[in-house]
Amino acid sequence: MGYLDGFKITFGKLFEERVTTEYPKEKREKPDRFHGRHVLNRYEDGMEKCIGCELCAGVCPAKCIYVRGADNPEEAPVSPGERYGFVYEINYLRCIHCDLCVEACPTEAITESKLFEFSFDNRSDAIYTKDELVVDDQGLPQKQPWELWHVGDDLKTSGWMRATASSGNPAYENRVGWSGELGYGVREPERGQQFDESEPQNLDGKDDQD
Amino acid sequence: MTGDPLFHDGVDLVDIGIMGLKVVVAFGFLLVATMFMVWFERKLISDMQNRIGPNVAGPWGLLQTFADGVKFFFKEDLRPENADPLVFRLAPYISAVTAFLSFAIVPVGGVFKDVPGTTGTVNIFGRETFLQVADPPIGILLLLAMSSIAVYGIMLAGWSSGSKYPLIGSVRASAQAISYEAALGMSVVAVVILAGTLSTHDIVAHQAGGINTWFLVTSGVIPFIVFLIAATAELNRPPFDLVEAEQELVGGFHTEYSSIRFALFFLAEFMNVITMSAIMVTLFFGGPAGPIFFGLTWFWPTIWFMSKVMVFLFIFVWFRATLPRLRYDQLMDLGWKVLIPLSLFWLMFISLKELRASNDWNWIATYAAAAGGLLLGGTLLITALRAGDRAYQKDSEDA
Repeated sequence: MGYLDGFKITFGKLFEERVTTEYPKEKREKPDRFHGRHVLNRYEDGMEKCIGCELCAGVCPAKCIYVRGADNPEEAPVSPGERYGFVYEINYLRCIHCDLCVEACPTEAITESKLFEFSFDNRSDAIYTKDELVVDDQGLPQKQPWELWHVGDDLKTSGWMRATASSGNPAYENRVGWSGELGYGVREPERGQQFDESEPQNLDGKDDQD
Repeated sequence: MTGDPLFHDGVDLVDIGIMGLKVVVAFGFLLVATMFMVWFERKLISDMQNRIGPNVAGPWGLLQTFADGVKFFFKEDLRPENADPLVFRLAPYISAVTAFLSFAIVPVGGVFKDVPGTTGTVNIFGRETFLQVADPPIGILLLLAMSSIAVYGIMLAGWSSGSKYPLIGSVRASAQAISYEAALGMSVVAVVILAGTLSTHDIVAHQAGGINTWFLVTSGVIPFIVFLIAATAELNRPPFDLVEAEQELVGGFHTEYSSIRFALFFLAEFMNVITMSAIMVTLFFGGPAGPIFFGLTWFWPTIWFMSKVMVFLFIFVWFRATLPRLRYDQLMDLGWKVLIPLSLFWLMFISLKELRASNDWNWIATYAAAAGGLLLGGTLLITALRAGDRAYQKDSEDA
């Protein structure tokens, strides 16, 4: 049919299944390493992991992070080291959730939860301060009234998630490369990531379909 | 007696009332049909792309167009500083009014029989009348006139915006509309020659004898194909939508328009799709003529008419879902070097056939002369095209 083949294809599509997910009505399951709203993690003893080094602020392409470090007060230190994050602000009107801050952080202090459904009706709500970002005493992210949390969004938010990334070097399988955290201790490595040569691997990075 | 039988015995108040009713009904019908068409296009094209399309406003998203229309009314009406105030305001109305007027000549119902005379009429308030707003003696020429005037709407909109993208878009639009109007007109003339009348009503009456009397068949399909392609170009619809090529021209001639003025352009565009489909049905597919089965006799022709129009609305959307946009030189080549020679040749062939039949000329002599003429004309045309190509190549080598 030559030129007219295209008409057959578009007509055939009429009887195919729709691919749309009607978002607010039905929600897809989020991947484990989804980039959502940030959290500031704490050690098992309640100390903050942030050392106020400002690397996250330096790497941020959207310039949405503002950090100021300060010396730890001797009688009541906030973090184990010499310095701590005195001011920590993230402007969510700017953040693009690229996760470069998480990559840059030397102490796994800043990581991302899976929350993305949040909206504000004023500017000050959009700028999260340390009070809102630091995890609570159970080690879970604090929930603000304008955020829509789903089951499981607040778990697995720490640096453990990053360190056990499936794209990591298989030689590090089962080796703990992350620090302990409040409420969980040192988490066990994720199982089932051993590189298996007998299994067909999708190494060319192409999609399975088509 | 020709023309609407409503006016055969003079004009009184009832006649005027019936006329007014017809105008209001046609206006309302066209508006609703346009709303439906916008919804239909969005829904169908998303079906063809494995999407869902509008489905929130009303059942199956049917009220989406209505919601959009209401939204347009409440949007800020912007006018660029460089715009010519009067022309900028006038242009959308030229587009919308011409879109409305073309539909007036389309017979949308009435029982058509193969018997000439009192066909295609319905009885309203004891008066016999055609189911079309007007049946002027110039008939189908009104369509050509209106589509020519509609070009002014687009041209003036682009020019008066005082901005470069609308200007380029409108220049393209006018060049395209003028080029394709020739092919469009010549395929209309083929039908007019066969029917021996310009009146749309009489054209439909000629096709009332079943499918083999449709002008699609009796004119030999080619005028219809030329008309379909030229009409798509005339409507500025894909694959001929260079006027609104977003990648190059933002929105084309209506880039600077907002609020209800934009809505008028939008309305005119989709209304023209319906009108063109209706004209095609009238010219080539027997309009409302069709078998009448049972019950209400006046009801069936309108059903036939609407179903035939629906088929063409579907085809226009199908074009859009399937075909990529043409390049500008391809568009002009198709118009001037393919469609116009083809329709011109076919027009002459049909005229010759009709002349031979009416003057009782000799078969062999007529067609031998025709073949000779075709050979001569074809050779000349091909030589001319080759010469043009050579000159073009020489130009591009020099450059």
